[in-house]
Amino acid sequence: MTDLLTMEGINKSFSGVKVLENVQFSLRQGEVHALMGENGAGKSTLMKILSGIYSKDAGSVQIQGTESVASSPKTAQGLGVAIIHQELNMIPDLSILENMFLGREFKWGRTGFVNWPRMRSEAKNYLQQLGMALNPDSMVGELSVGQQQMVEIAKALSMHAKILVLDEPTAALTKREIEKLFQLISTLKTQGVGMIYISHRMEEIFQISDRITVLRDGRYIGTRDTNVTTMDELVQMMVGREIKERFPKVETNIGEERLRVEALAQAGKLYDINLSVRAGEILGIAGLMGSGRSELAKALFGVGKYQGKIFVNDKLVRINNPADAIKAGMALITEDRKGEGLVSELSVRENLALPNLRSLSRLGFIGHRMEQDFVGNSIKKLNVKVHHSGQLVSSLSGGNQQKVVIGKWLATQPKVLILDEPTRGVDIGAKREIYDLMNQLVQKGVAIVMISSELPEVLGMSDRVLVMHEGRITGEFSRKNATQETIMVAATGGKSHG
Amino acid sequence: MGKVRGKSGILQRMGPLVGLILIVFILSIVNSDFLTVGNIFNVLRQVSINALIAYGMTFVILTGGIDLSVGSIIALSSAFAAGMMASGTNSWLAIGVGVLSGTLMGTINGVVIARGKVAPFIATLATMTIFRGLTLVYTEGKPITGLPDAFGMIGRGYLFQIPMPVIWMLLAFGALYVVLKFTSFGRHVFALGGNEEATRLSGINTKRVKIIVYSISGLLASLSGIILTSRLNSAQPTAGTSYELDAIAAVVLGGTSLSGGKGWIAGTLIGAMIIGILDNGLNLLNVSSFYQQVVKGGVILLAVLLDRSKGK
Repeated sequence: MTDLLTMEGINKSFSGVKVLENVQFSLRQGEVHALMGENGAGKSTLMKILSGIYSKDAGSVQIQGTESVASSPKTAQGLGVAIIHQELNMIPDLSILENMFLGREFKWGRTGFVNWPRMRSEAKNYLQQLGMALNPDSMVGELSVGQQQMVEIAKALSMHAKILVLDEPTAALTKREIEKLFQLISTLKTQGVGMIYISHRMEEIFQISDRITVLRDGRYIGTRDTNVTTMDELVQMMVGREIKERFPKVETNIGEERLRVEALAQAGKLYDINLSVRAGEILGIAGLMGSGRSELAKALFGVGKYQGKIFVNDKLVRINNPADAIKAGMALITEDRKGEGLVSELSVRENLALPNLRSLSRLGFIGHRMEQDFVGNSIKKLNVKVHHSGQLVSSLSGGNQQKVVIGKWLATQPKVLILDEPTRGVDIGAKREIYDLMNQLVQKGVAIVMISSELPEVLGMSDRVLVMHEGRITGEFSRKNATQETIMVAATGGKSHG
Repeated sequence: MGKVRGKSGILQRMGPLVGLILIVFILSIVNSDFLTVGNIFNVLRQVSINALIAYGMTFVILTGGIDLSVGSIIALSSAFAAGMMASGTNSWLAIGVGVLSGTLMGTINGVVIARGKVAPFIATLATMTIFRGLTLVYTEGKPITGLPDAFGMIGRGYLFQIPMPVIWMLLAFGALYVVLKFTSFGRHVFALGGNEEATRLSGINTKRVKIIVYSISGLLASLSGIILTSRLNSAQPTAGTSYELDAIAAVVLGGTSLSGGKGWIAGTLIGAMIIGILDNGLNLLNVSSFYQQVVKGGVILLAVLLDRSKGK
């Protein structure tokens, strides 16, 4: 039997950085082939090449034995490739039927008038095929996330998709919806549809897939038949990289407790979080995307309502908004620099001063000299490369922007510093500077909570590691006991042996 | 606001000023009556009402909002003030109450927008109708006359031969320029308009900033209402109708971005002058008032299109 899809020797670079190097992947008819790897391993880039969002630099893509180049999502559709994205692309205020045939409505001849009866019967047909008893006229916004996903799959089938990419399909589903989805996947298998299944959840992959391919750092690591491989082997394949001397971890005197969190919860996001960080300590928080890491950071910083208790310096504090958190002695450097960290319309100077205006003002007037001195000091201390402080912050490189974000918070002299993805999108040189800065801070007795999806970073810089999975803490490891493998198992919901 | 934004920023800033100079230049050539001291003061006096409203609108638009209710605030607050004066209350007290009531109307806008999370366009559209209706209720649809002579000084008087409204316009400009450029509140306004989430996460009470901004808009609208009432020597129930449009036009002509975060109040003053001079110039040239509207709209459209192409 010829393969439904064969991808070979796929290369892709973005501005000189290789993100895919000689990657291969194949898919048979009626097969579920899981694609695994850490964040940034190249899974989504590969799928974007398949679906025509990116073009490949080199390599071949064959669909049913013929070389096929999808130059746009539209041509990919024509080739029978459909992606069900993690974030669904449905219009909530239109009906199921209208969503299914959006942009390709059936008409009465060439009149331009929509042939509703025919669309309705076709839609019913596809929904029935998937065993879904939904009224095609109900609004998509009224459906559950699981149902919406099924409608997307029905839409893909109505476009005669032979290759279906499911990107983290179960991330937002309940247990019952997951069972339904798996039934549907079995049905589709018997109809000969090939499915590429991307997920971080080990158990699911073992339950649903026929083969598993692992990518790491943009390279093809291997393909295993699901019934002969083990979780341990897969984890080994996913993380098997050496940690080099990239992390200048220093020994510090770990002092008294700075932050303690008891039974913190946020409806639908966080459940029963307990943690504590001491002066001079770096607490690493690992976990996959969507595990609740960033939500935890935000909750501590007064975004959204929470249940539970937060203690700073052993004193119970109530944090209703970011101003309360700052007053309590916390600072948060968010993962989303552009969306939450900086005001891109303002200058470097204005951004640095923003959380510090109170101390830089007298009677509401900003002290010009005070501000200039403060900004000059911050720029020098953090080695931010700027022409002048009036320069727009958006004109700086990623690393320098990150230094501005860190700088604006250091001046508030936090006792607890929460860093969410402190080195994302930052070049190696600036990374090293950020690590050095963290070291200086813990030596001064600051407690640091560092959230990161880069395992080497977590292992290299933390004194202690917490692992999160689906809004809960699923593992705690000392610096000695933490390994990429044990963390990965806890992060994918397996039992931790830490 | 004199933020230095590099070369392109300066060019962006100079655009409105160049436009203003160009219009003045052309008008002074085609009509010898235009560039006389008397006419210039006449223009400035007309500009002052719109400029005061537009200053407040600048604050609102810098945060990414809009205030459609200013015209109705003018009518209601000046009706309150005039009503009190007509029944014999001390003029200063009446003015104080009028201005305070206008400020409170702005505060109501701000609370509905910041705490009620209603889109500014909708919130102020609703209050625009409510305040106008309340004006009609309070005045029973009739103008309020019989105001004390001394009150006329505010809108019709002169100081060293300069019309009083022009003085009010320049004083308010100075104060607001300082607020926007030198206070931490001014900085918060720009930050909020640029990135609300980052501003909130920086520990700034963004709701409070919004409420204050709409209160400022209400305050300035009621101030211009007092001047208008003084000039007309009466409070009209229909006063200020559609004034919000000229104010928004002045802000946009001045180079302030409707999406917030970028702009300056000096630009708004220039924008208000462009609109006022166009009105005056077209009058001097005996252009029919029907065509005047077409020309004014065309100039606004042209200015914004030019601004767009520069931004690319």
